Amino acid sequence: MKNTSEELNKMKLYDGIRVVVFAFLGVGPHSVKYLAEYGAEVIKVESRFRPDPMRSVAPFKDNIPGVERSQMFSKIDNNANSITLNLKHPKGVDIAKRLVSKSDIVIDGWTPGTLAKLGLGYNDLRRIKPDIIMLSSCMQGQTGPAARHPGHGVTLGSLSGFNYITGWPDRAPSGISGPFTDVVAALFSALTLQAALDYRSRTGKGQYFDVSQYECNIHFSAPQILDYLVNQRELNRQGNSCSYAAPHGVFQCRGEDRWCAIAVFKDEEWKSFCRVLGNPLWTQEPRFATMLSRVKNSTELDKLVEEWTINHSPEEVMVLLQKAGVAAGVVQNGKDLWQDPQLIHRNSICELEHPEIGTAVCQRVGVTLPEVPYELRRAPLLGEHTEDICKRVLNMTDEEFIELFNDGVFE
Amino acid sequence: MLAPYRALDLTDEKGFLCAKALADLGCDVIKIEKPGGDKARRIGPFYHDIYHPEKSLYWFAFNANKRGITLDIETADGQEILKKLIKKADFVIESFSPGYLDKLALGYSELSQVNDQIIVTSITPFGDTGPYKDFKAYDIVALAMGGLLNLCGDPDRPPVAPSFFTSYLLAGVEAALGTLMALRWRWVSGRGTRVVISLQDEVLTASWDAVPYWAGSKTISKRSGPFSIRPNVTYRITWPCKDGYVTFFYFGGQTGAEGNRALVEWMDSEGIDCRFLKEQNWDSFDWDKLNQDEVDRLEKPLVPFFMGHTTAELYEGAVRRNIILYPLAMAKDIVNNQQLKAREYWTEVNHPELQTNIIYPGAFVKASETRCGIFRRAPLIGEHNQEIYEEELGFSKEELLMLKQAGTI
Repeated sequence: MKNTSEELNKMKLYDGIRVVVFAFLGVGPHSVKYLAEYGAEVIKVESRFRPDPMRSVAPFKDNIPGVERSQMFSKIDNNANSITLNLKHPKGVDIAKRLVSKSDIVIDGWTPGTLAKLGLGYNDLRRIKPDIIMLSSCMQGQTGPAARHPGHGVTLGSLSGFNYITGWPDRAPSGISGPFTDVVAALFSALTLQAALDYRSRTGKGQYFDVSQYECNIHFSAPQILDYLVNQRELNRQGNSCSYAAPHGVFQCRGEDRWCAIAVFKDEEWKSFCRVLGNPLWTQEPRFATMLSRVKNSTELDKLVEEWTINHSPEEVMVLLQKAGVAAGVVQNGKDLWQDPQLIHRNSICELEHPEIGTAVCQRVGVTLPEVPYELRRAPLLGEHTEDICKRVLNMTDEEFIELFNDGVFE
Repeated sequence: MLAPYRALDLTDEKGFLCAKALADLGCDVIKIEKPGGDKARRIGPFYHDIYHPEKSLYWFAFNANKRGITLDIETADGQEILKKLIKKADFVIESFSPGYLDKLALGYSELSQVNDQIIVTSITPFGDTGPYKDFKAYDIVALAMGGLLNLCGDPDRPPVAPSFFTSYLLAGVEAALGTLMALRWRWVSGRGTRVVISLQDEVLTASWDAVPYWAGSKTISKRSGPFSIRPNVTYRITWPCKDGYVTFFYFGGQTGAEGNRALVEWMDSEGIDCRFLKEQNWDSFDWDKLNQDEVDRLEKPLVPFFMGHTTAELYEGAVRRNIILYPLAMAKDIVNNQQLKAREYWTEVNHPELQTNIIYPGAFVKASETRCGIFRRAPLIGEHNQEIYEEELGFSKEELLMLKQAGTI
């Protein structure tokens, strides 16, 4: 049966799907954002003693620290609901179990073994909800000698080889900024959850997943790994150069710390590039006539290109080259991104009203499904939905809620 | 997990990982190449450094688990064949310039007339609408426009890109998960739909705190190379050691306290002056409460200690003591890593033409009910033409020969 487009506009992709999240910081919360923005009910379990540490990660709104002020938290945790539960209290664990019994997915991002110790491991939870989908995500997997070795997205970028190959060949590695590999693990986890939901709807079966951030990352390094295994070669840092494109790099433009990236792979792109520069004499020289010669002479080529870019703003360089069919892009900083007409057009970043800080930044998930409705809601205050979830989802009476509250179960 | 489904993979290197990830989860993927083979077969490294379209390790890595056919979709016959394939497929993954398929009358509206259940996933530089929709982007341009490039590199040099195609890989995984979101929509709505990926948006996702800093406090995050720059202090995160580099900084809160104490003990046992370090209360350690002089004193003992040890010694000791210290691994370190071996991560795959087995990265997830991972090498050029065109679509040998002569397949 097919629905009219008006009916479709009111539909939610994940209507009725409930997710309980025992995970903090980047990976777990990011992996369920896809579900949350498209209509699933995502319940984040925190406690007053142990709020998500992302709430204390800078930057803070107007540079004033506070549990509701982190712009990182608001960027990542939009559309989630927050319940505070004291899992050191036996009744807190009971409530977590009751929640799971009414849920479809459980995310475990805590240190391996933590949930099992609380009686909330997969083997406990599948007894409560046989078709539960549970995904554990940590640095290096649930098993093995390094399973409990603490780390984060910056250190895992090092362990996975990304940081060694980012930088200049004549210098120490500069590495990829920020916990880049958190994003990699979040994407693979989100993909796994999608597949698991589909599998469950066809077979009725839930299952357990063990995601190692390390093992996800290595899929990105696969060609280098094969090169080493087959040819015993180690990839070194290449700066911004590419062995089969020139010019290929980042060029200084007018202004303070302003740059434009330019990449010329094909001969036709080179011709267009020269035309934009007004075909100066040097562009006709044999040392730049073919891709091979351009790559060989890229140091001199880059200097000549920069003599042109330095007289223009990066925006001018980008637009002039793009109009001629050459790939070029401003090296955008936070301010540029915030004002980027394309990102605004795609609603990729926005501000949402927030009761404590006025407005909070929100970054939508990367994927767009033009025909599928989504909605954006600001990140939750700590424990904002505790009462609502207890009463609406768990059918608690006022009396029961107050009793548990007074007992410290919701701290 | 995805065994009932079939994907047609029309992508170039911007989208290889999308269908590869779906194939790792069990989806039947048919890679469609131009007659003569995909251009990306020219991307190195190569098996034994022999430049040959059947020996690209880059191709091997991102096209394993797929079957492969050749087809020129710019010819009328090719378009008819593609439509036949689409009738039996669930997903089409493509990364052509926006508008290219529309020009060939193979855009989403045409394809959905052929099969209204079809899901079309497009990997584009900047999306399919908006002021930059016709802008071109290779990896470095996407990294620039999405904000990650500005954060990477040393402050006294230009921003620097990772030496691998970061944006294409992020986009590939995002496209795979978007494709499955569309699959659910098909189940909800009764019909297929479109998925659009923008390389710029993918990079934006990884640009960490660039937007929050500007939006929240009108501050511009800058690249700081091997250092971390806080409002009051600067501390080092990448350190040279005896034979390479390690990532380390004193990590605050409970997470870091145990390891910080253990490191001080370790350094102390080797005769390094740790008096200032021993005065620290690691449970409440916070960089923002220090001044630069204190930071310098905290870091001073690390220099001789790290330079006195290899990355392997430091990492092995760090795992044992729960110190948040990691090597800047090279391929050899990854291949020899004990954790990956203990979890039986690596998978050997047979390449009969090369008369060898090659070891590949294994599953990106361990699943209790289903299997994820690699089970077959990447296809040779047109390897499954017979299987698909003759056995599935019912072309005769003669027709196949004609199509080959015409350059269609």
